[in-house]
Amino acid sequence: MKTPVSLPPDPEITPAVIAKHGITPDEYERIQKILGRKPNFTELGIFSVMWSEHCSYKNSKPELRKFPTTGEGVLVKAGEENAGVIDIGDGWAVAFKMESHNHPSAIEPFQGAATGVGGIIRDIFTMGARPVFNLNSLRFGSITGDAPNVKTNRRLFAGVVSGIAHYGNCIGLPTIGGEVYFDETYEGNPLVNVFCLGVLKHEQIARGAAKGIGNPVFYVGAETGRDGLAGAAFASRELTEESKQDRPAVQVGDPFKEKLLLEACLELLETDAVAGIQDMGAAGLTCSTCETASRGGTGVEIDLNKVPKREVGMTPYEVMLSESQERMLIIVEKGKEQIVKDIFEKWDLPHAEVGVVNDDGMMRVMAGDVMVAEIPARQLADEAPIYNREVQAKARPIAPIWLLSTYIPDALPRLLADPSIASKNWVYRQYDHMVRDGTMVLPGSDSAVFIIREANKILAATSDCNAIYCSLDPREGARIAIAEAARNLACSGAVPLAVTDNLNFGNPHKPENFWQLRESVEGLAEGCRAFDTPVTGGNVSLYNENPAGAIDPTPTVGMVGLIEDESHVTTSFFKKAGDAILLLGEIGDEMGGSHYLKVIHHRKEGVPPRVDFAKERLLHDTLRSLIRQGLVKSAHDCSEGGLGVALAESCMCGPKKFGAEINFGTTGLAPEVLLFNETQSRIVISVPSEQAAAVMVGAKTAGVPARLLGFVVDASPEAALTIAADGAEVRWEVAALHKTWYGAIAECMESAE
Amino acid sequence: MKAAVIRFPGSNCDQDCHYALQDVFGIETDYVWHKDTSIKGYDLVVLPGGFSYGDYLRCGAIARFSPIMKAVTDYAQNGGILIGICNGFQVLTESRLLPGALVRNRSLHFICEHRFLRVEATDNPFLNASTPGTVLNIPIAHGEGNYTADEATLAELTANRQILVRYCDADGCVSDASNPNGSLQNIAGICNATRNVFGLMPHPERACEERLGSEDGNIIFQSILNHLGVSAVA
Repeated sequence: MKTPVSLPPDPEITPAVIAKHGITPDEYERIQKILGRKPNFTELGIFSVMWSEHCSYKNSKPELRKFPTTGEGVLVKAGEENAGVIDIGDGWAVAFKMESHNHPSAIEPFQGAATGVGGIIRDIFTMGARPVFNLNSLRFGSITGDAPNVKTNRRLFAGVVSGIAHYGNCIGLPTIGGEVYFDETYEGNPLVNVFCLGVLKHEQIARGAAKGIGNPVFYVGAETGRDGLAGAAFASRELTEESKQDRPAVQVGDPFKEKLLLEACLELLETDAVAGIQDMGAAGLTCSTCETASRGGTGVEIDLNKVPKREVGMTPYEVMLSESQERMLIIVEKGKEQIVKDIFEKWDLPHAEVGVVNDDGMMRVMAGDVMVAEIPARQLADEAPIYNREVQAKARPIAPIWLLSTYIPDALPRLLADPSIASKNWVYRQYDHMVRDGTMVLPGSDSAVFIIREANKILAATSDCNAIYCSLDPREGARIAIAEAARNLACSGAVPLAVTDNLNFGNPHKPENFWQLRESVEGLAEGCRAFDTPVTGGNVSLYNENPAGAIDPTPTVGMVGLIEDESHVTTSFFKKAGDAILLLGEIGDEMGGSHYLKVIHHRKEGVPPRVDFAKERLLHDTLRSLIRQGLVKSAHDCSEGGLGVALAESCMCGPKKFGAEINFGTTGLAPEVLLFNETQSRIVISVPSEQAAAVMVGAKTAGVPARLLGFVVDASPEAALTIAADGAEVRWEVAALHKTWYGAIAECMESAE
Repeated sequence: MKAAVIRFPGSNCDQDCHYALQDVFGIETDYVWHKDTSIKGYDLVVLPGGFSYGDYLRCGAIARFSPIMKAVTDYAQNGGILIGICNGFQVLTESRLLPGALVRNRSLHFICEHRFLRVEATDNPFLNASTPGTVLNIPIAHGEGNYTADEATLAELTANRQILVRYCDADGCVSDASNPNGSLQNIAGICNATRNVFGLMPHPERACEERLGSEDGNIIFQSILNHLGVSAVA
């Protein structure tokens, strides 16, 4: 048997070199056992990226198995392919997924975020789906004030937003929604979770398997350069001061090239020339070759001399580990090579036949006649070590919170000015959110609503996670993330279909962090079961730490739902003066983990609200039934900032600024508790006044508490939100609230420099 | 009646324009590839929005050298009805089919939002279905839509009533406050001296259905139909 050679200037394999690759002595033993010999430098590099957490999920796999992944609509399950695929009826399906680019964005925010978008879009069209829209979930340190770290946070925030805009706008995909939070916990380690959804017919589902012995393997797309070397391994380490030196591990994106690649691949997938297709994302050529071979139960041999390159003198190690963007690997049906060549010529894209599918199960890498690596593909792709990490529960806060009272007339504007609650128009105005002519509900409502014309289907999508709750109680926080996502969809008139998640946590070697991961996963799994929304895939991002410690656990949920009829599309803002304003759900009194405590009293503490799934589901079903009967003019869920913020937003987040007259009567609650508690399972709706009584009877009959809060008041420059309760009344001018809420982020960003 | 939507590499509003023309207005519409060299047989040619060639140089600066642009120029010079939307407008100024230039928005940000436009002149194939002073609600989405021209050009545009739409507020008031991008005199769209070539930054094809928030873009497509109908009778 021939042994792969080492080409100069490959270094000797020493314990130091092994350690630098993040490979433990045990893992090195395992590698030697698989190979039956010592690896050379290229092979060591290949193992290091494939066995990184980013590619192998070696720390999280046992936890991920707890997710429900099956259901009648699931056409492609989580983990089978690049993205899960869900049936939406009439022969159509959607592929969607969320992925993180946290570490690259911390080092180089513009390119880090841009390439995150590029990567997730490739995951979707690799499935044969035409991408139709994007969402994102972003988290940064505080952007208010003048401290040097705040300036850095603003720079990261601005860079990430323009990076996402750069890539999404250029490629022509609308970015139609998402969430942005600001909290000290993300200082130096922002979270950039990007989501893409694509549409396809059932029979168009493409597979990433190297099928058919003797089939040629094509490399298409951008040339390989030295950018993004070993990015997957970089993403699987904690960020430190020295991380800045890892900037070469951040890739550079070219959305124009990706647009061409997208069109060319979709055109090619309409032919019968493709046996398998796989994007080159994390771990680039390495991952795409060994994963396609492993899925196909075959082997793949490639010749690096044939790979289109951007630079001269690249070593096999560099070519195999490069994470240059906008590249794909295509397994072509033998004899149909010309079809591939013609299409890629048409789109002016580099393409090359670089290898062949064989039957020996090996991933064999040649440099001309010289073999430089030979590894059993399946063991490399699927037999990374699995670790069951130690867990240690973090002590839960049980002390009751002593509530400092506050001057209520100021508290509401202060909450509305908090960048996490304030309007995100500064962000979404920079994203083209209308291209593809399908955005039925503009950003800023409870969920994004998009009509997919080719399928004649209306989808709603949202992304949610309240990480304060998760930091105080990761299980309950994760349960609430699912409940809130489902609630946002219900408020838009949608029935939830499925979930993608992005698990952002700290270093899993620290038992407390791993406990948070486990609790969160179990919480998400409970939620997914309760709402019949299987997890179709997602991403795990560990090692999110800064010198102050791990980030608050942030299991971001992306949920997609279907709106059966155009007339069911519902938005969050009031529509007409005189309409009755109702609360579905309890008034509530849970203040733990609330934004009121955080923003007004600078405290992240207490027991976060509890969610009762049965109650929550009943609420959603009841709301949807009212929507279907045509009774609901607006619906807005109560989340951060409670009823006070929800009522203010309902007045002012639409095209007209309405007032509202609210009277709670006697509640016996302190005003800050009444207005700002964050008890779950609550929705503020407006209905025609003459229907209010019937709606309340209907809701109560269904078992959902309902109460009349007041009425919508004429939209005029003087319109006011007045809230009376327990003998007191507060009045806010809506124009002033709107100014505060709408301009808060721009004020931080534009006037600070 | 037949329409052509030119596809440059990086065009991304091509499908939306095709949808508005073919599905909303029932006009037979073809895509024409940028490497083609002929556009014979079309009554309307659309240069759609997007990022032709990635707009990595100046917007539209490379697209003007695409093989199809020779045919497009001939078509326009022979009086053919040509409309450039967003990136298409940029291609038209780069090709000198329209005067002036489009530079970075003054905020330096890409801006996507609904905007009001005041119709300035209706004696042209693009707005004959409207009346001067009408306010249209049509979205914009661009990073480089700040129209600029030298004084002589501006004087000529004004004298010939080539400024067809300006950014305004809901009441039709044109002011700096209603200018999203710093555009000279709030210019959102202009036509050429012979009034057969129209370039505008806003996207009428995104305002062609009530469910998308506005139908005001239809005024433009309807006007073109009116115009072609008239000339067909003549």
